[in-house]
Amino acid sequence: MMSMNVVRNDHTPPYLAVGLLSGAALAYEVLLTRLFAIIQWHHFAYMMISVAMLGWGAAGTLTAILREPLMRHHRAVFSATAAVFGLSAVACFLIAQAIAFNPLEAIWEPRQFLRLGMVYLCLLIPFLAAALALCLAFSRFGAEAPRLYAADILGAGLGALGVIVLLMALPPQRALPVIGALGFAAAALNLGLRRRPAWALLALGGLLALLPGAWLQLKPLEYKDLAQTLRIMGTRVVAERSGPLGSITVVASPQVPFRHAPGLSLAAAREPPEQLGVFVDGDGPMPVVRFNGNLGPLAYLDGLTWALPYHLLTRPRVLILGAGGGETVLQALYHRARSVDAVEVNPQLVELVEGPLAGFSGRPYRQPGVRVHIAEARAFVAGSRAQYDLIQLALVDSFGASAAGLTALAEGYLYTVEALNTYLDRLAPGGLLAITRWVDLPPRDLVKLAAAAIAALEARGVTDPGAHLVLIRSWKTGTLLVGNKPFTQAQIERLRAFCHSRGFDADWYPGMPAAEANRYNRLARPYFHEALQALLGPQRQAFMERYKYRITPASDDRPFHFHFFRWKSLPEWLWLRERGGVSLMEWGYPVLVATLIQAAVIGVALILLPLVLAGQRLPRRGRAAVLGYFALLGLAFMFVEIAFIQRFMLFLGHPLYAVAVVLAGFLLFAGLGSRLAGRLAWEARRIVVGAALVITGLALAYLLLLPPVFHALAGLPDAGRIVVSLALIAPIALAMGMPFPIGLRQLANAAPAFIPWAWGINACVSVVAAVLATWLAMHLGFSAVVVLAVLGYLLAAGVFSRSSL
Amino acid sequence: MGACTKRGLTSLLAAILLLVSCLPAAAQDAYAEARRRMVREIAEMAAQTGAETGRPRLDARVMAAMGEVPRHRFVPPREIGLAYANRPLPIGHGQTISQPYIVALMTDLLRLKPGDRVLEIGTGSGYQAAVLAHLGAHTFSIEIIPALAAQGRKNLAEAGYGQVRLRTGDGYYGWPEAAPFDAIIVTAAASHVPPPLVQQLKPGGRMVIPVGTAFLTQHLLLVEKQPDGSVNTRQILPVRFVPLTGGH
Repeated sequence: MMSMNVVRNDHTPPYLAVGLLSGAALAYEVLLTRLFAIIQWHHFAYMMISVAMLGWGAAGTLTAILREPLMRHHRAVFSATAAVFGLSAVACFLIAQAIAFNPLEAIWEPRQFLRLGMVYLCLLIPFLAAALALCLAFSRFGAEAPRLYAADILGAGLGALGVIVLLMALPPQRALPVIGALGFAAAALNLGLRRRPAWALLALGGLLALLPGAWLQLKPLEYKDLAQTLRIMGTRVVAERSGPLGSITVVASPQVPFRHAPGLSLAAAREPPEQLGVFVDGDGPMPVVRFNGNLGPLAYLDGLTWALPYHLLTRPRVLILGAGGGETVLQALYHRARSVDAVEVNPQLVELVEGPLAGFSGRPYRQPGVRVHIAEARAFVAGSRAQYDLIQLALVDSFGASAAGLTALAEGYLYTVEALNTYLDRLAPGGLLAITRWVDLPPRDLVKLAAAAIAALEARGVTDPGAHLVLIRSWKTGTLLVGNKPFTQAQIERLRAFCHSRGFDADWYPGMPAAEANRYNRLARPYFHEALQALLGPQRQAFMERYKYRITPASDDRPFHFHFFRWKSLPEWLWLRERGGVSLMEWGYPVLVATLIQAAVIGVALILLPLVLAGQRLPRRGRAAVLGYFALLGLAFMFVEIAFIQRFMLFLGHPLYAVAVVLAGFLLFAGLGSRLAGRLAWEARRIVVGAALVITGLALAYLLLLPPVFHALAGLPDAGRIVVSLALIAPIALAMGMPFPIGLRQLANAAPAFIPWAWGINACVSVVAAVLATWLAMHLGFSAVVVLAVLGYLLAAGVFSRSSL
Repeated sequence: MGACTKRGLTSLLAAILLLVSCLPAAAQDAYAEARRRMVREIAEMAAQTGAETGRPRLDARVMAAMGEVPRHRFVPPREIGLAYANRPLPIGHGQTISQPYIVALMTDLLRLKPGDRVLEIGTGSGYQAAVLAHLGAHTFSIEIIPALAAQGRKNLAEAGYGQVRLRTGDGYYGWPEAAPFDAIIVTAAASHVPPPLVQQLKPGGRMVIPVGTAFLTQHLLLVEKQPDGSVNTRQILPVRFVPLTGGH
């Protein structure tokens, strides 16, 4: 172990500084996703940060080109770049915010892309600075690569945990300078604390951490819901909470009241009572309804499409998933539900409604018969053994996963075929699952959901799924009911009366005549009825093929319910672009592809640049092997990590646990693996091949065994599931931590000039691989991503064994 | 070199044009051509999307109004160069002014006759109200953002539409003193159709609500009150697109 008080000499690698800087950089990445989710929208945050992460690869390129001068002053350069990271982490975010790239306007205004480019360049700087320091440490101390890499990724693992703790304590804009200060601390540690400049650096870091709050104010785009709402006369913020799951803002609007009641029947006699608007990361509002124990003013809740199940069941036991501000709980109380279990993932939301807002909200979660559970919906249902007459999901978008920032596009675990089956498992005989979504035109969300429901029913052995389905619609919302028993004639009569009196359209019920479709809220054609008819008939496959959106149901292996994009429709959408056709396109997927293309092009350029500019300094022999080995490792590591984060997220339920436990678990155990590999007395080739074989065996075994193991253990308490997860991650991560540092150490002996290039290759490919993994998962599923990763490890081991490295 | 000179000349020309356009008398001429081009584009789009909207040819009076109302007076100074581009524009305060084609389509869907009473919720910069007034409708308009209301009032007065009645406040309850209306247009986001507005619509009257985000109208909601007082809605895609390949 090293002591903090040593004066550094040039022969001791700066382990502590490397760990600290690496942790700070990872924390910064997570923090940026939070910050941009607040001032922007998360799809674009994902793109900006992914591209900026290539600063990591650029550091390898730069070091490969300027190796000699940088190595000569490595101690000073490390500290300088670490300090630049600290400063630019704060400054570059503030500049990027001021650039105010507006993705909404980018459709019409190509100049916006100039701003986007400026944002990229800006955010690149802190990552480049931090990575320069790290890459230099590896170049200088390549022989110690296993210990250095251990410090690097142990630090990153602690950074992943630390940033979550930090976000629990501080709002994200206040956490920013704290992370900046860590950069200065790393700079100081690298110099050795006995030197005076080290203390100057620490003092600067301290000053940064104390930056006045006014300088750090977040400036959301003026088109965000919250920013628009606060322009309305008389609005004011009445409460705020900030946490790793998102920033919550509660707004009162006494002069122009919130009247959130999506798709309220045009026949409604009563308007909604007073509401507060809750915004998460500036998106919303979700209502907190004024309630004083008197059910009368809640009558409007009977004029929404998702009131239907209460008219088909008598005093049901209700499970509400995604309870939010409590409106759906009040709806259940209004309809005299026998009991209500309400599940909400964000504890701060429930705390607000039951605490500071209690005088307004009337404490919906503490009403007789109501129990509130702080949990992620899918995990709660999987772990529950209770039986319900009604499971209600009204307009729930699992904001948790996206807010955690890692999985901008993977937020569909609520609506997969397996998910629907898990819900149906919890229904008492005759019970109903009710899912409400927005009506989009041309229809896609509800159509895909109906396809998933049909698949789920068929998986349960139901031969006539059409008899178990009902779909109704207002102009704004559609509600799909799935019964575990066929609907009765009496229920059908009641549903027709419900729709008729409220001006809602029935799109499907067993035995519905086509002439009854599309009556009150007319579309150009009875799209929904036709879609259900096709999906329930023999032409289902052909219909899904011919449909211009992707409506094949999402599964746990491809959990992308909101992925409707189809390439074959792209030419038509582009042709219609200026005729309003942009609204037809789905944004998530094109943004992902754009990210992938940009990252790949820049990544390849960064990898090739040293060959062009510093070719004479890199040995000719072994280039292909270095490129192949370190690229494959970058790809395979990321693929395994991302695929298993997805899998464990489902098991751990809570998106934060998934990030913290899985990401930190992978990094910490890989760090230990690196340390272990450094100590093994085996020859390098044996370590690399051995690790690849262990990874192969475990990854393939997990593919087969994780689903049944997770299913069996779903009922364990949180702590139990965390322990199980860590135990499963540990062995595979240990093995995954070995090949990279062993490769670097080998280079340090044989051809040290390669080290920065190899490091840069690994970094560039890792960034691209993170995006590529999601893209592949959308098309082939996460299992395929794991298989590809295994192939990557085996190939890398092959390259290593055969090369002269 | 040659290209550089050419570009220099073009920007000089543009600068002169801009200068000229500041002279009020010349302004009409400077923008008349841009407006004509805009109207041609609107007509073309309407023809292409007619199957979806049911309006392959927009009402000639609406088209005439689009060709006469000075849209450049209703956009912020820095957007004047784009005033007649067929695209939405930011007008400050997180609000936008709709794409001209959408304005024309929404106005057309209202089927206004001269002398009709029409209520607008969401004045914005005042452009839509100006188009309605230009068609000879008695126009009432309500805006909830005070700064925008002031701007809209100024724009309308300066462009010669001082007859439009304006109010700053909550649009949910409509304008009961001026009710009933032949048509209502809600240009602000709405989670539901406000029942008071339905009540203030005459039997046979029509209400139009655009659905979408700041820079993108996804579809239009048309609320029709039948002569017997019953109400139904139609959802209209402003673009010709059927969800099935080889479909209807």
